[in-house]
Amino acid sequence: MTAAPEHTAYPVGGMPPTRTPADTPPPADVARVRDLAVTVGHKPLLIDVDLTVRRGERVGLIGESGSGKSLTALAIMGLLPEDLAPTGSVVVTGQGPGGIARMTSVLEAGEHGLAAMRGRDVAMVFQEPMTALNPTMRVGAQVAEVMTIHRTVADRGAAARRAVELLDKVGLPDAAEAARAYPHQLSGGQRQRVVVAMALANDPALLICDEPTTALDVTVQALVLDLIVRGVEARDAGLLFITHDLAVVASVCERVLVMYGGRVVEAGPVLDVFTRPRHRYTRGLIGASDLDLSRPEGGLYTIQGSVPAAGRFPAGCVFRNRCTHATVECEAVPPWVGSGPEEGFACAHPVVHHEGGGS
Amino acid sequence: MSRLSRGAEAVMPPPGRRSRAGVEATLLVGGGIVAAITVLALVSLVWTPYDVGEINATERLATSSARHWLGTDKFGRDVVSLLMVGSRTTLLVGLVSVGVAAVIGVPLGILAAMVPKWWGEVLMRANDLLLAFPALLLAIMLTAVHGQGVVTAMIAIGISSIPSFARVVRSGAIGVMKTEYVVAARAAGRRPIAIALRHVLPNVGSLVIVQASVSFAIAVLAEAALSYLGLGAPPGTPSWGRMLQEGQELLFVAPRLEVFPGVAIALAVLGFNLLGDGLRDHFDPRLEDRR
Amino acid sequence: MTDVAISVRDVVRDYRRPRTSLTKPGSVVHALRGVSFDVARGQRFGIVGESGCGKSTLLRIIAGLDQPTSGSVQVGGVEISRLPERRLRFLRAQLQLVFQDPMGSLDPRMRVRDIIAEPLVAQGHRDNIGRVHELLDAVGLQPEAADRFPHQFSGGQRQRISIARALAPDPRILVADEPVSALDVSVRAQVLNLLDELVQRLSLTLVFVSHDLSVVRHVCDTVAVMSRGEIVEMGPIGDVYDTPAHPYSRQLVAAAPRLQAALAGRTAAVLAAETLAARALSSNASSRNAVSRNAADSDSKPTPPTPEQTTPPPKDAP
Repeated sequence: MTAAPEHTAYPVGGMPPTRTPADTPPPADVARVRDLAVTVGHKPLLIDVDLTVRRGERVGLIGESGSGKSLTALAIMGLLPEDLAPTGSVVVTGQGPGGIARMTSVLEAGEHGLAAMRGRDVAMVFQEPMTALNPTMRVGAQVAEVMTIHRTVADRGAAARRAVELLDKVGLPDAAEAARAYPHQLSGGQRQRVVVAMALANDPALLICDEPTTALDVTVQALVLDLIVRGVEARDAGLLFITHDLAVVASVCERVLVMYGGRVVEAGPVLDVFTRPRHRYTRGLIGASDLDLSRPEGGLYTIQGSVPAAGRFPAGCVFRNRCTHATVECEAVPPWVGSGPEEGFACAHPVVHHEGGGS
Repeated sequence: MSRLSRGAEAVMPPPGRRSRAGVEATLLVGGGIVAAITVLALVSLVWTPYDVGEINATERLATSSARHWLGTDKFGRDVVSLLMVGSRTTLLVGLVSVGVAAVIGVPLGILAAMVPKWWGEVLMRANDLLLAFPALLLAIMLTAVHGQGVVTAMIAIGISSIPSFARVVRSGAIGVMKTEYVVAARAAGRRPIAIALRHVLPNVGSLVIVQASVSFAIAVLAEAALSYLGLGAPPGTPSWGRMLQEGQELLFVAPRLEVFPGVAIALAVLGFNLLGDGLRDHFDPRLEDRR
Repeated sequence: MTDVAISVRDVVRDYRRPRTSLTKPGSVVHALRGVSFDVARGQRFGIVGESGCGKSTLLRIIAGLDQPTSGSVQVGGVEISRLPERRLRFLRAQLQLVFQDPMGSLDPRMRVRDIIAEPLVAQGHRDNIGRVHELLDAVGLQPEAADRFPHQFSGGQRQRISIARALAPDPRILVADEPVSALDVSVRAQVLNLLDELVQRLSLTLVFVSHDLSVVRHVCDTVAVMSRGEIVEMGPIGDVYDTPAHPYSRQLVAAAPRLQAALAGRTAAVLAAETLAARALSSNASSRNAVSRNAADSDSKPTPPTPEQTTPPPKDAP
């Protein structure tokens, strides 16, 4: 099977850059992941993952099944299942009580420290709103509960009032009435709005979203995506947005990391990565997702082969058993080429882009 | 399936899943216990250390000795021999009553799940009637008609175990009927009988095995209660349940007469439970090998 | 042999919800409110709509797995809408389904060879292993796959097995219900290519249901857009996609994120604004009649607003 074409003519443009006025100190890291590795038994699930999200940044994490993107999110939240053994460092920095920065080293913290962090410094929105909400509690009560647990409001009454406010701000019509509804009385999009309200209730420093709109209708998706972006912008919070949908990432994020086989294979600004991908997998992914592009012999561009089972990725370059450009060199893990964990790629035979033409 | 669950499944094996080695161990232990009891029962048909028909007044309530390894009961009968002969009754009652209950209850449950809703409800209400009818009353009625005996006990216990099978199977079958593979089978042109046999039955099989283990234990204890009331095996026939009941009155004099049959029953129940679990997992094609 | 593979006229499907009160019967759900269209032989007919629009119900009725409350469905010239199950055997040979969920649509306790052979066994054929190997080859799987169980395969491979099963009785019509929605992007491309190749090679008529307009655009030549139990627009895919006439179609097109456009600056905010604008147009539209670009009949009831549509635009950031 052939790989995607070399020459792509995308118009120039892009997302507005992160706001950093000249006289303020550089934005703080809200999440800093270094050398994260997770194994189960002897099977490696995540290897050498480096990731940074700063206040006000919107970072996308792209990958398919088995790439490890959801595991990375769970690792940051300290929600990995017990039989998985993580190593490395994950530091989440939020605003503790009194406005003082509170850093949590997630892999070492006990359950008490993690419980204080979750819902306060970092919050998560999952894919299935129905299972994220308690079916036996009214939604207003669930939003209020998030605040009372972390004592971010004075008392239960204040929490209830603020809950109604939040439900109104996420766009639920007649918020006071909606607060008294049970989850099953709301539509999928409305439930996801409730989940977003719960996630943003305590003004977290970092919002993690794992495929938050995949289960929603496309018209609802557009509105919920906008809701999420405005929500983090208003709080100057960081956003880690995980999905397999390239177009969604391009609409929402400024920076992106591409994961495959438990490793980060490429990273950089969205425009760069999507118009001039360097790693062969990234290029294959972009080609395969473009339904308007056809191969000369007909059909969509595909990546040959299929994703190996968990822990069965090849040694060395994780992509080499599916790559048309793999050579003996690829039997060793390709070094990271780039200015840092936020921009670069790990490929021995990267795509070469010339100005105005392909190779 | 949501992407998250699919992705998670690809990366994390579902927690709590046993490895093949664990399953084989369970099967071995459970099967071993059941086999041992069966052997004991079979051997007792041709030989026991002592004759359990004889009453031996001189050796009543003897403690463990070289002659009687586990002592004697109030009639002077050797406890080991009693346990061996008793295993026959216990196994017989347990297996036959569970067999009767399953053979009637499982098709009933599947039927109730596959017929139109109203008929299903009618069937389930009939099932509930049966559930409400205590095994005891049934046994008394049957004894009045057919006279006392092990067979009467087995039928009575079997009939009163039907409702649990029917209920469990029906709820499992309803779940199976909702799956897309059953819709696919209909789209392929399969008739309802074929769907019931080829898709529903194998997929509720694990539920049946688990229910059978539970019902076996209940049957053994029910037999004990019936024997105590004079409704099960005739007074001369030893059974573990009867030994349990007879040992009650001598609890402070000779507690071993209560302990030994109790342990035997517990062991049998454990063996069948393990065997059931092992069989259920052994036949589940989804069990992965964990290296 | 007729030119029209499937003919649907005024199909209505009502369900009664379970009672919530002792005195009043449960409310009625109008899953389909009078749907009419034709699918010609060899056509690739797409049906697009969001959740609750009735497309899955419509599929089941076409496949003979459900009866309409009223209306007529003809497959290959034969009326199927009132036939009892036992008279539908001929339909099972002509029309087969591919389902959305790659795991749920395969019996986990059956081996692949039995799964694929099932439609043949249902028709009374006994010795099917040769045909099974032929089908595995046609969908790009190894013969060894026949002895394995579904859980041993990936999602994309399971969909291939599903397709192989659907092709077993050599049907004329393939009906696919969101066959790639649950698959990863790179797998989706492979499965779409496979479907394309098979439909071409075997000269099949394809009915392809999806919520994703861009996938339908790639696969089909004609599309019907459904909303709330009705077809609101129907026509050649290029026309409907490039110049959607009905307000709901416009919403669908506006709301879909597209990579190139996003890179050019079509942010989430723009996406939302365009969706809302298209929605506002639909509430303001004086005439909400269904739009069709050919001569087929269609009902023209106005589309009632969905619960989502009554959400007012948020005034400020949450």
